Amino acid sequence: MHLDAKVPGGPLEEKWDRHKKDLRLVSPANKRKFDVIIVGSGLAGASAAASLAELGYNVSCFCFQDSPRRAHSIAAQGGINAAKNYQNDGDSAWRLFHDTIKGGDFRSREGNVYRLAQVSANIIDQCVAQGVPFAREYGGLLANRSFGGAQVSRTFYARGQTGQQLLIGAYQALERQIGKGTVTMYSRHEMLELVVVNGRARGIVARDLVSGAIESFAAHTVVLGTGGYGNVFYLSTNAKGCNVTAAYRAYKKGAGFANPCFTQIHPTCIPVSGEYQSKLTLMSESLRNDGRVWVPKRAGDDRVPSQIPEAERDYYLERKYPSYGNLAPRDITSRAAKEVCDDGLGVGPGGRGVFLDFSRAIERLGEDTIRERYGNLFEMYERITNDNPYRTPMRIYPAVHYTMGGLWVDYNLMSNLPGLHVIGEANFSDHGANRLGASALMQGLADGYFILPYTIGDYLAGAKLEAVDTSHQAFREAELHASTRLDRLLGIDGTRSVDSFHKELGHILWEKCGMARDRAGLEEALRRIPELREEFWENVKVPGSAETLNQSLEKAGRVADFLEFGELMCADALVREESCGGHFRTEYQTEDGEALRNDEQFAHAAVWEYQGPGQAPARHIEPLTFEFVKLATRSYK
Amino acid sequence: MSSMKLTLKVWRQAGPNAPGALHTYVTTADEHMSFLEMLDVVNEELLGRGEEPIAFDHDCREGICGSCALMINGSPHGPRKATTACQLHMRSFKDGDTVTIEPWRASAFPVLRDLVVDRTAFDRIIAAGGFISAPTGAAQDGNAIPISKEDSDLAMDAAQCIGCGACVAACPNASAMLFTAAKVSHLGRLPQGQPERDRRVLAMVQQMDAEGFGNCTNYGECQEACPKEISVENIARMNRDLVRATLTDRGEAHAGAGAG
Amino acid sequence: MNRLLALWQSTIGKKVAMAATGIVLVLFLISHMISNVLVFENPQHLDDYGAWLRSFGPLLWVARAGLLAAVVVHILAAWQLTQLSHAARPTNYNRHTLRVSTYAARTMRWGGVLVLVFIVFHILHLTLGWVHPDFVEGAVSRNLKSGLAVKPVAVFYAVAMVFLGLHLSHGVWSVFQTLGLNHPAWNRGRRVLAIGLAVLVAGGLLTIPLAALLGLL
Ligand SMILES: Cc1cc2nc3c(=O)[nH]c(=O)nc-3n(C[C@H](O)[C@H](O)[C@H](O)COP(=O)(O)OP(=O)(O)OC[C@H]3O[C@@H](n4cnc5c(N)ncnc54)[C@H](O)[C@@H]3O)c2cc1C
Ligand code: HEM
Ligand code: HEM
Ligand code: SF4
Ligand code: F3S
Ligand code: FES
Repeated sequence: MHLDAKVPGGPLEEKWDRHKKDLRLVSPANKRKFDVIIVGSGLAGASAAASLAELGYNVSCFCFQDSPRRAHSIAAQGGINAAKNYQNDGDSAWRLFHDTIKGGDFRSREGNVYRLAQVSANIIDQCVAQGVPFAREYGGLLANRSFGGAQVSRTFYARGQTGQQLLIGAYQALERQIGKGTVTMYSRHEMLELVVVNGRARGIVARDLVSGAIESFAAHTVVLGTGGYGNVFYLSTNAKGCNVTAAYRAYKKGAGFANPCFTQIHPTCIPVSGEYQSKLTLMSESLRNDGRVWVPKRAGDDRVPSQIPEAERDYYLERKYPSYGNLAPRDITSRAAKEVCDDGLGVGPGGRGVFLDFSRAIERLGEDTIRERYGNLFEMYERITNDNPYRTPMRIYPAVHYTMGGLWVDYNLMSNLPGLHVIGEANFSDHGANRLGASALMQGLADGYFILPYTIGDYLAGAKLEAVDTSHQAFREAELHASTRLDRLLGIDGTRSVDSFHKELGHILWEKCGMARDRAGLEEALRRIPELREEFWENVKVPGSAETLNQSLEKAGRVADFLEFGELMCADALVREESCGGHFRTEYQTEDGEALRNDEQFAHAAVWEYQGPGQAPARHIEPLTFEFVKLATRSYK
Repeated sequence: MSSMKLTLKVWRQAGPNAPGALHTYVTTADEHMSFLEMLDVVNEELLGRGEEPIAFDHDCREGICGSCALMINGSPHGPRKATTACQLHMRSFKDGDTVTIEPWRASAFPVLRDLVVDRTAFDRIIAAGGFISAPTGAAQDGNAIPISKEDSDLAMDAAQCIGCGACVAACPNASAMLFTAAKVSHLGRLPQGQPERDRRVLAMVQQMDAEGFGNCTNYGECQEACPKEISVENIARMNRDLVRATLTDRGEAHAGAGAG
Repeated sequence: MNRLLALWQSTIGKKVAMAATGIVLVLFLISHMISNVLVFENPQHLDDYGAWLRSFGPLLWVARAGLLAAVVVHILAAWQLTQLSHAARPTNYNRHTLRVSTYAARTMRWGGVLVLVFIVFHILHLTLGWVHPDFVEGAVSRNLKSGLAVKPVAVFYAVAMVFLGLHLSHGVWSVFQTLGLNHPAWNRGRRVLAIGLAVLVAGGLLTIPLAALLGLL
C-alpha cells in the first residue's frame, strides 16, 4: 500500500497557501462536466456538496435519513473552536494548532492540523453570513466560552445547539443548490458498495430504503462524509443510524483504515438506567465550565449529595490536575471517573456515576445566568432522569462519543484509493489519539467549505478519467454483491434479533477495548468477536423482504459490518503497545497512572489494508514527523 | 423500578398504497424507559413471535434531529409539553393505560409504512427560499455587523425548529404555517437576511401552498404541540411580511422566487 | 389591482381578504347594533333611522352593494380555504386531542354558515318583508315588533346572535394575527378587545329578540 501524505514542504504557516498556488484548477466551463458523488449530508457532506455545486460541479448527495438536515451533526451541543482571538486572550492559529496536536497526544500530522487552525476563522465568518445565530454579547459582538484542553476562550456557540445551527446553515446552502438543480439529493438512500473501475473510485451502489431498489450511481469522484463508527459499541452518544458501513465497504475495496482503535470516551454523559437502554445522552462538556466534579470520600456513602459536607467530598479533578481542574481533556477526565468508580466511590444505581455539581456556580452567578448558559441541557437532563440539576448535582458517567480513527487520507483529503475523498469524522485526519472539544465541527466544516473544494479540483484536473457509466461491468458486480448479501441476511431466519448481537458485541468492546485496554482482554475479544460473528450469520432473525422499507434489514447490514470492524479495532489496539490519548493500555502507564507514550516505536498512524475474506489484514504505517512542536508528555497538572 | 402494563393500539400499514389499520399489542414498560425504548421492546417481542416489527422514524433520540414523529393518544410527540417522542419517558404514563399510536396525517406527508411518513415537502419549502445566499468564501468578518443580543436571541428562538412536522400533525387544517414561519422569522430577524426577505417569504409561501398543506385559521394547536415551543407570533410576522412583499413587489421577487 | 390578485393567489392572501371584509362587516354591525337598540329608547328613533337611511337613495344602494360584496368575498375565501384544509387531511386520526383551540375557533365555519342563513332570512324578513306576516314598507320598528312576535323567528334571531358572538370572539382576534398586527406587549389586549367587541355587538343585538321573547318589546 502506497501512503504518501503529500504534505507540502516549507514553513508551517505557508504550507497551505503555497499548496493552493500549486493546485491545478478546473475551468468554470468544464466543472459542469464533472459528476461528484457525496455520501453524507452532515457538516462535512452538506458543506462540501453546497460549496462544490456553487463552483459549478454536478453533485449528487446521499443520506440515509429522510432529510439531509437530520444528519448526526445536528446533535452537537457545546460549540465550535476558531482562532479568532476576539477575547484578546492571546489566541492564535499557532496556539489552536498546538492545543489540538497536544490534545491529540502527538498522533496527528502537523501540516493538516495547522491548516485546520488557519481556516478555522473563515468558518465563523461563513456561518455568520449564512445566518447562524451564534450567541452574542449585549454589544452585539460574538460571544465565546472556554472548552476542555484549552486555556483561552475560543469556542463559539449557539445555546446548547451549536451543531444544529451550523448544520441548518449548511443544509440551507445545500437546499439552495438543490432548488437550483445543481445538486440532486438522494435521501433515504444507503450506500452499500463503493465501485472501483481501473483502480479509481467511480461510483457507488445504494439501496433506496423506501422501495428497496438497489441502484447504481456513477461519477468522476466519490466523497465520503459518512461520520463516525462509535455505534460499534451499541451504547454511545451517536444517533442510532450512525454506522461504519460506507467506510468499511470502501476499506474492503482497498482504502486504508487508519487507527481504528482511537475512539473517544466522553466524560459527561447520563449514566445507563437499565437493560432496555438504547443510547446514551451527552451532557455538553461546556457544563464543566461551571460544574464541579466530585465523589464522596467514603465508599458507599449514600447520603443525599447536599448532606455530604465539603470535607467529605473528593473534587478529584481539581485535586489531580490543579491547573486545568474540571476542564482537563476528555480522555483524562473519563479515565479519572472510571478509576474512582472502580474504587467503589461511584454514585447512583450500579455505582457507575460521579457528581457534576453546580451549587457553587449558582451561588456565584445566580440561577438565571446558569439557566441562560445551560437551560436546555438542564431541561434535557431533568426530562431523562427526573432530577432537577438546579437543586441536586447531575450524575454523569463516560460514554463512547467520537472516533478519531477513520479512512486514511493525504493532505488533499484523498485516500490511498485514487478518486475516493474522505471528509469529516469519517477520515482519520486531524485529531490524533484524542479530539479536543469543539474541534470536530471545526474539522467537518473546514474539510467541506475550505479544503476539499480546492483539492478535489486538483484531482479532477489532473486525472485522465475515461467515460464510465452504470452499465459498466463493475456496477453489475457491485449490485449483485449487495443484493446477494441482503438475501443471505433475510434467508438465515434464525432465532436471535439483530439488536441482541449488537448489544453483545458492544459489551465485549466496552469491556475489552474501551476506556482501558490490555493484552489479555484484547486477545479474548479477538477470540469472542469471530465466534459471535459466526453465530450471527447462522442464527440471526431478519424478518420481512428486501423490496420494502425494512428497518430490521438496514440494522442487520450495519451490524454485520460492525461485527467485522470490531475485530479490526481490537487488532489495532493490540499492536499499539503504548498508551496515548483515548487509547489507554494499562500495561503502559506512569506510576501516577498517566498515559505512557512510546514515541520511538509508535509515532505513526497505523493503516490497515484488507486482504480478502478470512485473511488477516495487513498493517502499514505512516510515520509522523514533528518539525515544529517537540513531543512532550502531555501534562494538565 | 416500577413497571406498568400497557395496551398499545398501533397503526400498521405494509406500504404506501396498502390499506392500514390499528393493531392491538399488550406490553409491560419500565417508568425510566423512553417511549421509543418501549417500542424497541415491543418490536423485540414481535420479532420473537415471528411478526414484523413496527416501523417508525428515529435517529438521535435526543430531541434534536426531528426524525421521530408519533401521534401519541391524539397529541404529536405525546402529552408532555416541549418534548419529542424520543425524549418522552414512560413515567408520563401509568399502569393499565391504553396508548394509541398513529402516523402524522396530512396529504403532504404520505405514509410510507406503519408510522413512517414522507416529510420531504419541508425540504422543498426550504429549497424554495429558506436560506441566505452566501456562497462559500464570500463572507466578511463575523464581527463586522453587530447584531443586538435581542435580535439574535429571537432569531435563535425561531431557528430551533427541528422540522419534525408536529405542527402540521396537530393542526386541524394540516397547515405548515408554523414550520414555514419559523424559518421566515429566523432569517428575517437578522441583518444578513434582509436583502432576500421579500422574495424569501413569497417563494416559501408559494411552495408551502403548492405542497398542499392546509390554511391557518389560528387555532394555535401547533404552538402547543411544538417540541421547541416555536410561537405563533412567527405566523403573524410571516403574514405581515407576505402582505408587504406582495403589495410592494416590483415583479422581480416573484420572477426570481424559487430560483433563489 | 394585479397586486391584490397576486395576494388572492396565496392562502395567506385569501385569509387577509377575510380579515379585511370581516372588519367591514364588524363596523357595519356596530352601527347596526346601535341603531337597533334605539328601539328600546323610543321606536320612533328606529323609524327615523330607517327613513334617514332611505333618504340617501342611490347612495344606500352603494352601501348595500358594498356590504354584499364584503359578505361574498368573505364567504368565497372561507369556502375555498375550507376546501383546501379538508383536502390537506384526507384521512383523519382515530384519536386527535385538541389542546388549546377554543370552541369559537372550531365553530367558525358552521357558525359562519348559520350567520349566512340568518342574513339571507333577515333581509327577506325585515328589509324586503317577503317572509314577514304583515310587512309595512318603512314602518321599521313596527315590522320589527310584529316580526319578532312570531316566537320561532325570535328564537332563531337569538340563536343566530349567539353564534355571531362566537364567530366574532375568535374572528376579531384572528384579524390581528392574520394582518400580523402583533406584539408581545399587547397580545393580551387583542383577546380582550375581540371578546369585548363580540359581547358588545352580538350581545347588543341579542337583547332585541330576547326582549321580544320576554314580551318587553
Ligand atoms: C452528542 C454529540 C455531541 C457533540 N458535540 C460536539 C461539539 O460540541 N463540538 C464538536 O466539535 N463536535 C461535537 N460532536 C462531534 C461532531 O458532532 C461530529 O463529529 C460531526 O458532526 C461529524 O460530522 P460528519 O459530517 O463527519 O458526520 P455526520 O454528521 O455523522 O453525517 C454523516 C452523514 O453520512 C450519512 N451516511 C452515513 N452512512 C451512510 C451510508 N451508509 N449511506 C448513505 N449515507 C450515509 C448520514 O446520513 C449523514 O448524513 C458531538 C457528537 C455527538 C454525538
Ligand atoms: C337581533 C339582531 C338584528 C336585528 C333586530 C336587526 C334589525 C334590522 C332591522 C330592523 C332592519 C331594517 C332596517 C331598515 O330596513 O331600515 C335590518 C336591516 C338589515 N340588517 Fe339587521 N338586524 C339584526 C342583525 C343583523 C345581522 C347579524 C346582520 C348581518 C351581518 C344584519 C344585516 C342587516 C342588513 C344587511 C340589513 C339591510 C340594511 C339596509 O336596509 O340596507 N342584521 N336589520
Ligand atoms: C356578520 C357577518 C360576519 C362577520 C362580521 C364576520 C367576521 C369575521 C372575521 C373578523 C373573521 C376573522 C378573519 C381572520 O381570520 O382574519 C372571520 C373569519 C371567518 N369567517 Fe366570518 N364573518 C361574518 C360572516 C361569515 C359568514 C356568513 C361565514 C360563512 C359562511 C363566515 C365564515 C368565516 C370563516 C370560515 C372564517 C375563518 C376563521 C378564521 O380565519 O379565523 N363568516 N369572520
Ligand atoms: S415548528 Fe415546531 S413542530 Fe413544527 S416542525 Fe418545527 S419544531 Fe416541529
Ligand atoms: S394549529 Fe393550525 S390553524 Fe394555524 S395556528 Fe397553528 S397552523
Ligand atoms: S429521534 Fe431525533 S428528535 Fe426524536
